[in-house]
Amino acid sequence: MPVVREQGQREVFCGLTGIIWLHRKIQDAFFLIVGSRTCAHLMQSAAGVMIFAEPRFATAILEERDLAGLADANDELDREVARLLERRPDIKLLFLVGSCPSEVIKLDLSRAAERLSRVHAGRTRVLSYSGSGLDTTFTQGEDAALAALVPDMPTLPLQEGAAEGGADSATDLLVVGALADVVEDQLGRLFAALGVTRVHFLPPRKAGDLPPVGPGTVMLLAQPFLGDTARLLEARGARRLSAPFPLGEEGTTLWLKAAADAFGVPADRFDSVTEAPRARACAALARFRGELDGRRLFLFPDSQLEPVLARVLSRELGMVPVEVATPYLHRGLMGPELALLPPETRLVEGQDVDAQLDRCRAERPDLTVCGLGLANPLEAEGLTTKWAIELVFTPIQGYEQAGDLAELFARPLRRAGLLKV
Amino acid sequence: MRLSVWTYEGPPHVGAIRVATAMEGVHYVLHAPQGDTYADLLFTMIERRPARPAVSYTTFQARDLGRDTADLFKSSAIAAYERFRPEALLVGSSCTAELLQDDPGGLAKTLGLPIPVVPLDLPSYQRKETWGASETFYHLTRAMAGPMAPAAGADRPARPEGQAPSCNILGPVALGFRHRDDVYEVRRLLESLGVQINVVAPMGARPADLARLGEADFNVVLYPEVADTAARWLEKTFRQPRTHAVPIGVGATRDFVREVAELAGLDPEPTLASLTPRLPWYSRSVDSTYLTGKRVFVFGDATHALAAARVATEEMGFEVVGLGTYVREFARDIRAAAKAYGVEPVISDDYLEVESAIADLRPDLVLGTQMERHVAKRLGVPCAVISAPVHVQDFPARHAPQMGVEGANVLFDTWVHPLMMGLEEHLLGMFREDFEFHGDAGPSHLASASAARPSASGASPASDSPSTESVADSSSTESASIPTAADSGVGVVDAPVWSADAERELHKIPFFVRGKARRNTERYATERGVPTITVETLYDAKAHFSR
Repeated sequence: MPVVREQGQREVFCGLTGIIWLHRKIQDAFFLIVGSRTCAHLMQSAAGVMIFAEPRFATAILEERDLAGLADANDELDREVARLLERRPDIKLLFLVGSCPSEVIKLDLSRAAERLSRVHAGRTRVLSYSGSGLDTTFTQGEDAALAALVPDMPTLPLQEGAAEGGADSATDLLVVGALADVVEDQLGRLFAALGVTRVHFLPPRKAGDLPPVGPGTVMLLAQPFLGDTARLLEARGARRLSAPFPLGEEGTTLWLKAAADAFGVPADRFDSVTEAPRARACAALARFRGELDGRRLFLFPDSQLEPVLARVLSRELGMVPVEVATPYLHRGLMGPELALLPPETRLVEGQDVDAQLDRCRAERPDLTVCGLGLANPLEAEGLTTKWAIELVFTPIQGYEQAGDLAELFARPLRRAGLLKV
Repeated sequence: MRLSVWTYEGPPHVGAIRVATAMEGVHYVLHAPQGDTYADLLFTMIERRPARPAVSYTTFQARDLGRDTADLFKSSAIAAYERFRPEALLVGSSCTAELLQDDPGGLAKTLGLPIPVVPLDLPSYQRKETWGASETFYHLTRAMAGPMAPAAGADRPARPEGQAPSCNILGPVALGFRHRDDVYEVRRLLESLGVQINVVAPMGARPADLARLGEADFNVVLYPEVADTAARWLEKTFRQPRTHAVPIGVGATRDFVREVAELAGLDPEPTLASLTPRLPWYSRSVDSTYLTGKRVFVFGDATHALAAARVATEEMGFEVVGLGTYVREFARDIRAAAKAYGVEPVISDDYLEVESAIADLRPDLVLGTQMERHVAKRLGVPCAVISAPVHVQDFPARHAPQMGVEGANVLFDTWVHPLMMGLEEHLLGMFREDFEFHGDAGPSHLASASAARPSASGASPASDSPSTESVADSSSTESASIPTAADSGVGVVDAPVWSADAERELHKIPFFVRGKARRNTERYATERGVPTITVETLYDAKAHFSR
């Protein structure tokens, strides 16, 4: 499939925004951004209404004197971390999150994390990753955070009788990517019914419950933006299963099937376990097909979920994707998805936002998926939009959420039809 | 390095965007890394603007750092000029680009663009949003109006006979708290006086309008935080006097009318006579008697905090128990006012410090920003918003000024609303055991507030003490919250012990004054070295402090 590469102004979030959902997923972790006032401002603007709840993230704001000398900055960081941990004794895992300013002044946060891990040993583990806009786009912040966890994961002991390194030695399934708790529980029940009993999720809900990994591990990525994490897990012996992502009825079935095949689940058992939820998902999707069928879809780059969404919306709901843009395209991970996209889809990697807006205006799609910086201006131009960020804050994976996913796209169109003013 | 949970202000380049976006025909090319475009959604979502802000970002990434980021800036500036055809271009850096030292001002000059290019030097690691807005407006004003300036030492020519006096309105920007409706109110007020409006800026002005600023007879400075620097330069350059009264509240609006009339050489009396805000009568009507002496904590930008303190004391009959601002540039004004009210000024942009000040003072009402709403919710204190930073609900669809006659009416309604109504307050003082209307249930006219009040405070007899409240709070809302300075020891080490009887008696006092009663009793006991507080101590303290 040909891919258009674009460069220019990018209208996207940086990886720091991943903290907004990760700090709720890992309940005893705290995210300390080392950055500027801009980073702090971004977090509270993006956190929106959550501003009323006490968050488990904060920013150590660099000041003039921190820029003067590096040794000083490290002392300052140690002091702020000590103060923070004194105030929050419940924190078991502290992420030092790098930002553009901390990267540019080359503040070595990985060394700082090692040093602070020693200082607070036995109480709080300190890790680091970069969520800067220089290195990461939006959901890539989650990839960087999970990648930082991989070296800390315990080694999976080899099972007795299993041939070392062989394909049959798979004992554990590792599902990678932060999922809504309800989705995680549903998937866990499906795997149990299939007879796959040793299932772990990364990230875990508690920092102390890191799953084991080793040559007996097979992993399924639940999210498409986890290239680095997958690479590091593979380096520790895990084998990645190639599959589309678990969105929609079709994607969820193919995703589960990949695991079922790896664990030798008989086909009739797979069918009997998935039959009822598949029928439910199909029925839920069918309710929205009438509203979405034949509607033209334009996706601006945001989360790397775009090709996956385009696949569900085109194959299961009859929408016509005219342009599908993604901030970054990992061909290895996305291969099974691209194979299912309509061949005439225009696939774009990267962004030049003004040029892309021109294309969007020329196409006049029925529904445009874009960020909040573009959504209202496009609505004012008479285009119906679906703001993209909601898709990472809403449970959309798995069978039971297939209808909810469709509704997210049907709702703006229905609303546009309802309003008579 | 400074730990910050929430910030009152963004970085200075956000202030510059607020000026650029408020104006017409101005574009801002901002050298910034990928991701800094988040600032766009402040305007498209919070203020619900129907167009993209007038900013082009270079959005460089790590791979660009190996190449020439200066070239990237130049090509972005050219592309922005060609696409948007602005009448003036602002150029500058965000915090990360400031570290790269590409010098956008110098680079833009070499491009030979046929429009004025105004370079902005906004030190991101020292200054903040409001200052950025003020500096941007000042530099734009200088660049556009400067060439029209009269020769040094020249006198301002007298206004021709028969020509109405005119003024500029300075200060309203994008993302300003109620700026849209304030301008409407003030414009009406000035026109009723017979003053013509020359230019309103930055909001709605074009660069060519800024060039005409010198034609007005005087300047009306609505928001000193944004317009003070520009107004001082205009005063020096064009000898235009300026207003100092900010017309928020009935008294301040009257002062404003007198000041404008004097600058314009007009008679203020007909206008003063025609001003008929409802606030004075509402405030005098007996229904408002119970508002007398309610203790309020006031925090915000300096202009709104000062105005609110005056309205609270002179027009609502409240008692100001705390006054502060996060805008350090105006700290002096707040200190002077705090002294006049006999309270400690809170000059801080540290939200935890403000929180501990509020927890310590236990006011009946907090008048503050979005952040103080957060604090007040935690502490279960009624709160109204008087100043930025604010969220989407404070950019309302309806007309909702803070200034002028209608502004005063809005203030009355907004501030009284969160307080428990008079009859309910009396009944709570008499009957405490009601299963629905009890002191910890919250005002019954605010259904959601009563539901949200943590039930733990009803269950635990010591729940209104600062030392235990946040524990109860955190267990009922969030499993782990950042403890505030209030629970890190204030009142725990030195506080005398409450006997069970006294604790029960304390709980017969309605919740909105209970905190004050607890504080006063503990102070009374500590000062006299009483180790255990009994019912007697409680009433001794009451008698002592009510003298």
